[in-house]
Amino acid sequence: MPKNAAKTQNRYRQALRSLRKDKLSTVGILLVLIISLMAVLAPVVAPYEPSAQSLSTRLSPPSSGHLLGTDEFGRDVLSRIVFGSRVSLIVGILSVVLAMIIGVPVGILCAYFGNRFDLAVMRIVDILMSFPTLVFGLMLVAALSPSLMNVVIAIAISLVPRFVRVARGPAISIMRKEYIESSKAIGASTGRIVFLHILPNIAGPIAIMATLWVATSIRIEAGLSFLGLGVQPPTPSWGNMLKAGMNRILMAPWMAIYPGIAIVISVLAFNLIGDGIRDFLDPKKQI
Amino acid sequence: MFQFTARRVIWVIPTMLAVATIVFLVMRVAAGDPAIAILGEYASAESLAMLRAKMGLDQPLWSQYISYMRDLLHGHLGCSLINNKPVASYIASLLPYTAELAAAGMAIGVIIGVPLGVLTALRPRSLVDYLGRIFALAGLSMPAFYLGILLLLVFALRLHWFPVIGVSRSSSLLDGLRALFLPALSLGLIKAAFVSRMTRSTMLEILGEDFVRTARAKGLREGLVIYRHAFRNALIPVVTVIGIYMGALLGGAVLTETVFNRPGIGKLLVGALRERDYPVIQSTLMMFASFVVIVNLAVDLLYGLIDPRIRYE
Repeated sequence: MPKNAAKTQNRYRQALRSLRKDKLSTVGILLVLIISLMAVLAPVVAPYEPSAQSLSTRLSPPSSGHLLGTDEFGRDVLSRIVFGSRVSLIVGILSVVLAMIIGVPVGILCAYFGNRFDLAVMRIVDILMSFPTLVFGLMLVAALSPSLMNVVIAIAISLVPRFVRVARGPAISIMRKEYIESSKAIGASTGRIVFLHILPNIAGPIAIMATLWVATSIRIEAGLSFLGLGVQPPTPSWGNMLKAGMNRILMAPWMAIYPGIAIVISVLAFNLIGDGIRDFLDPKKQI
Repeated sequence: MFQFTARRVIWVIPTMLAVATIVFLVMRVAAGDPAIAILGEYASAESLAMLRAKMGLDQPLWSQYISYMRDLLHGHLGCSLINNKPVASYIASLLPYTAELAAAGMAIGVIIGVPLGVLTALRPRSLVDYLGRIFALAGLSMPAFYLGILLLLVFALRLHWFPVIGVSRSSSLLDGLRALFLPALSLGLIKAAFVSRMTRSTMLEILGEDFVRTARAKGLREGLVIYRHAFRNALIPVVTVIGIYMGALLGGAVLTETVFNRPGIGKLLVGALRERDYPVIQSTLMMFASFVVIVNLAVDLLYGLIDPRIRYE
């Protein structure tokens, strides 16, 4: 756990320095950069229009013309994977940011006010966490009707209770520190204590979990879309490509294999970065 | 111990009531009109009104809520809107499949994960450790349903070692196990990755503790030190993780059942969500949540057994 603000800052600087030395997290960062570039430059990078159909090249296996083959409408699988990265990144990052914006302040307020407020919120959090994340997401998406934005909202809502927990734990241990007591004694406002003392000191564990949850949320989106309850075709998403591929798994296995690899690589990338941050903030727990 | 157990068990009741309330609110308030969902957008106003009256949807929300809760407490789960079969009989016939899959998946996860975690912790930075970490990273990043698709493609469709459909029609135990193997393996290998990571890091931490050094210093055999001193203490976080992942495993079962076309609660839920079969959706969601609540209860009670220092406050 972080000791105090100055030390923590120092540790972050150290962490950044060693993050560059750590090979695995460097791989993670590079992969995320590549995927982000792919998403931003999709129209330039993709060899074909993702929705361009061609009946003459339906279900053709990987070849020099179509590196990863084509699907049942003759659409280029590689181009659809490139465009699909947009969905995965948008859902992965946006849902985690949304969940963080709601969950972290609530967690800090739990630590700050304690007592009944804390007790009540934690009970609600426990109850919300009774649903498996994917099942909770399914329920919300079905209620809201499936679309990209609703997938983001559904995953964000199911991650909020987890962020409340992650922020609350470390925030409680900081609240017990003497310097919080003294700043309270000299009349510091709640906002000052929260933003100046608590937030910087719990940023570490939150950053770790946020990165790992981007990975989780990419996986959940793929799962929802695979079930047909996430991002809807014709918008290409890795999950709905897998769904289409599953229907033709014998005839055209490439339709399922390659979008799946794209999911694995991007989830791996965020996991590597998350692990890297964790190792530096808590070197004892190197995994 | 008795007080701890009693309080923990009693807490399950308000939790389940709250879960039921959330399910009710999400499905009734956010999900729109089930009557339109069933009859379609072009249904006449009269037939919609009749169906609403039949389903009790013309009542105010609070009275719908009260009758929903009353039915639930009496164990009346209602009937499917699609074929009028009682939801309870659906769930009763499908629950064993999902339970079997989840249990087999978790068993594979523990049988592979715990020894692998211990082994890699005992020989840090060795070849075993290195391979173990690659396995863990791969498992963390691979969605179970994608692994399921790959296993299905290779071992069922190409090599024909296992049946394509993840459930057996015959009553022979061997056939049943063969059909269960691939779905359970796809869930289990992923869980093994999580479990091995957790076991490794806890074992490493505990092997560095003073009491382990003391145990070695007083000349205990290494096997005893590892088993009785380190491993037993490492079990606590491992049991927690297994409990936490039980929920994720069930979530994964929804997808795995779809991949292997295996009957179960997960597949029932997905089908019901597509058809907006509200009574089925509500009951299956309740099943998932109660399963997690019960597993959490079991984990908390197990703590007390493994480590008598832990008590519910």
